[in-house]
Amino acid sequence: MSFITLDAATRKSYDVIVVGSGAAGGQTAYTLTMEGARVLMLEAGRHYDPLTETPMFQTNDQAPLRGVSTVDKPFGFYDATVDGGWEVPGEPYVQATTDPASRFTWWRARMLGGRTNHWGRISLRNGPYDFKGHSRDGLGFDWPFSYDEIAPYYDKVEMLVGIYGSKEGLENTPDSPDGCLLPAPKPLVSDLLTAKYGRTLGIPVVACHRAVLTEKLDSKRLPAKLHPGNANAQAILAADMQRRAACFFATECGRGCSTRSNYQSTTVHLPPALDTGKLDIVTDAMAREVTLDKNGRASGVRVIDRRTGKEIHVTARVVVLAASALETVRILLNSKSASFPQGLANSSGKLGKYIMDTVGASLVGQIPRLESLPPHNEDGVSGGHMYSPWWLYKEQLAGKLDFGRGYHIEFGGGRHMPSVFTTAGMEWLTGGSYGAKFKEDARRYYGSTMYFSGRGEMLPNEDSFCEIDPAVKDKWGIPVLRFHWKWSSHEINQAAHMHKTFAQLIESMGGRVRGSVQTDGRKAIAHGGEIIHEVGGAIMGESARNSVTNKWCQAWDVKNLFLTDGAPFPSNADKNPTLTIMANAWRVADHILDRMRRKEL
Amino acid sequence: MDRRTTIKWMLAASASLPTLQGVAVHAAQSTGTAAVAKPYGTDPDLMKVYKAGDLWPLTLSSTQRATATALSDLIIPADATSPSASAVGVIDFIDEWISAPYEVHRNDRKTILTGFEWLDKESSSRFSKPFALLSTAQQRQICDDICYAPKAAAQFADAAKFFARYRDLTAGGFYTTPEGRKDLQYVGNVPLARFDGPPAEVLKKAGLL
Repeated sequence: MSFITLDAATRKSYDVIVVGSGAAGGQTAYTLTMEGARVLMLEAGRHYDPLTETPMFQTNDQAPLRGVSTVDKPFGFYDATVDGGWEVPGEPYVQATTDPASRFTWWRARMLGGRTNHWGRISLRNGPYDFKGHSRDGLGFDWPFSYDEIAPYYDKVEMLVGIYGSKEGLENTPDSPDGCLLPAPKPLVSDLLTAKYGRTLGIPVVACHRAVLTEKLDSKRLPAKLHPGNANAQAILAADMQRRAACFFATECGRGCSTRSNYQSTTVHLPPALDTGKLDIVTDAMAREVTLDKNGRASGVRVIDRRTGKEIHVTARVVVLAASALETVRILLNSKSASFPQGLANSSGKLGKYIMDTVGASLVGQIPRLESLPPHNEDGVSGGHMYSPWWLYKEQLAGKLDFGRGYHIEFGGGRHMPSVFTTAGMEWLTGGSYGAKFKEDARRYYGSTMYFSGRGEMLPNEDSFCEIDPAVKDKWGIPVLRFHWKWSSHEINQAAHMHKTFAQLIESMGGRVRGSVQTDGRKAIAHGGEIIHEVGGAIMGESARNSVTNKWCQAWDVKNLFLTDGAPFPSNADKNPTLTIMANAWRVADHILDRMRRKEL
Repeated sequence: MDRRTTIKWMLAASASLPTLQGVAVHAAQSTGTAAVAKPYGTDPDLMKVYKAGDLWPLTLSSTQRATATALSDLIIPADATSPSASAVGVIDFIDEWISAPYEVHRNDRKTILTGFEWLDKESSSRFSKPFALLSTAQQRQICDDICYAPKAAAQFADAAKFFARYRDLTAGGFYTTPEGRKDLQYVGNVPLARFDGPPAEVLKKAGLL
């Protein structure tokens, strides 16, 4: 089994169809196939091979326009994303209003592995509060399960994927059990400065958690921990772990990694799943709708072959949607039938509701202590070596802050590979130098600026939702999403708090803030969707009356339909959603296996 | 830092550069592309080495190239450490940039070509010669009036905006070359068996030891 055509897929029999090949689809297919289930994976985008397509050491002078971003490659020429971005040609989405503050931007990647190929690899566990937020402070929704229930799956994902980090004993910032995490990389000088001066402000600065192999994975110990009693799975995984190299501390993770030293679905989940012989993958397969049989069970998925435009029906015992939260919601809303005129699994009317992103605000500062440093290599693991977890839980619960939930701080600086923008706008420091003086100034200021970015929890609200636009269709004739978006005062005040905090940090380090510190959070906050952490739209809950799925992310209305991406998330903690998506997908896949073994599916 | 942060950080570095929002809006408007210049599309070959002119024709005239060379080398002259901007291909980069079939670049084309015209006009009125034929001292006399937009006189406001953008592009073109990276003493992009963090002399200088 391997990469096949849609036509071939119609002639075979599968236990499970998985729509999507990113963090959720990859993890779901991995777990299912390692335990023997036959899986058909559908990916809307093209086949993508990071081993041959990753520009590992290319420099900006080898790229068009020195590698800067364009509408075709919105995160830069060498970013791993192909056929993706804020706009996908022929696949529009619609804003419900023209008010810029209500705009929602939607990053999609039409490629095997989806957005995992380029993501930031930050892999933080949600804490106990994050699953029971409503019980703790009366805001938002509780999850229908607790941290303790998902914790073993966080352990497993960390061991499988390879995530560095440390144990700090901080509130609502879980420590992993021994043997789960890889050692954190050594801090950069900008990290150490932030830690030193952060401490004076009461802000903790600790090792970040990111999916990068600072060491080779232990292929002797880990497979038995991940697949106890399953010798075949252990052998496959051990062999695959041996093929993943440790990071060599150069080139950006966002380009992807041909040595498989960080996590991408295409380098970590899919290779061992394919090695089981149980996984078939069809690329260029655009899911249109989930179909039902006469008993009201999902019978399969109607798919458009993007190369021929032909519509094809594939079938299986179970259907899993893992297409990314909003694409999953779109597929369900478009799966209309006599029994589900408002979209499949939508008898609660909650489908499309409570979509969330992460609150983002950033500030840049220039730190004189970092000027004219002796040259040294600061490439490191190309993403945060350290970060600041949220530190004001007690003050917030006591009502001392004017926003409901917290944020963490991602920051960085350093002598990174020069880009077109390295010296751009430098006249704010130089007063407009040019000539020999400019060259001296560039040497002095290179590597002396730092950024601080807040990543905060958004509370779900009634005004942020998506629905099917009544008129607009994509080039395949599939109706598209229309977005409604509104930040509440919780998010707006949180963004203002971020700016205030970052300015304090920069100034405590002896630095100067670039631009304005906003006291009005509306001027600091990023657009909805811009942080690319969108979740929600198919909320899981305790009751079929007010949620779309149960705690197993199983549709209340359709017994053999599961959602393993971020769509069922009832909240969006500040912790960045990908690790939780993977842990939850493993948990749900285990449940599916269990029910299939009991012949209940 | 992750790629997304890199981009945002870089964008934050200059108010005159395109914003993410701007890029998204421009996507809808990018249909009016000039017939000869085609965007490279959403799935370009990332492994190929590209040169200016490979993807779309370069369009600066010889007169414009002469002005560009004079101005770029005034901004980045040769010194004991590294060559001048024009010596490492910056003029081709500027030409590639202002000839590119994207909205941001079309706007820069207007800014820069208008700026070149202004420079020649100003040079003629002050010294009766085009900018490229002036002495360095004469060129500096003009550029001193436009090199810092916040303090430029009202009649030089537009020219100062042009100069700021042109300086950013010249420097961006220069520091992305091997010679430019060497000038800044960037020592990364090499595989390492281990990552040791900053050496003691760095920590000492930053006040951490």
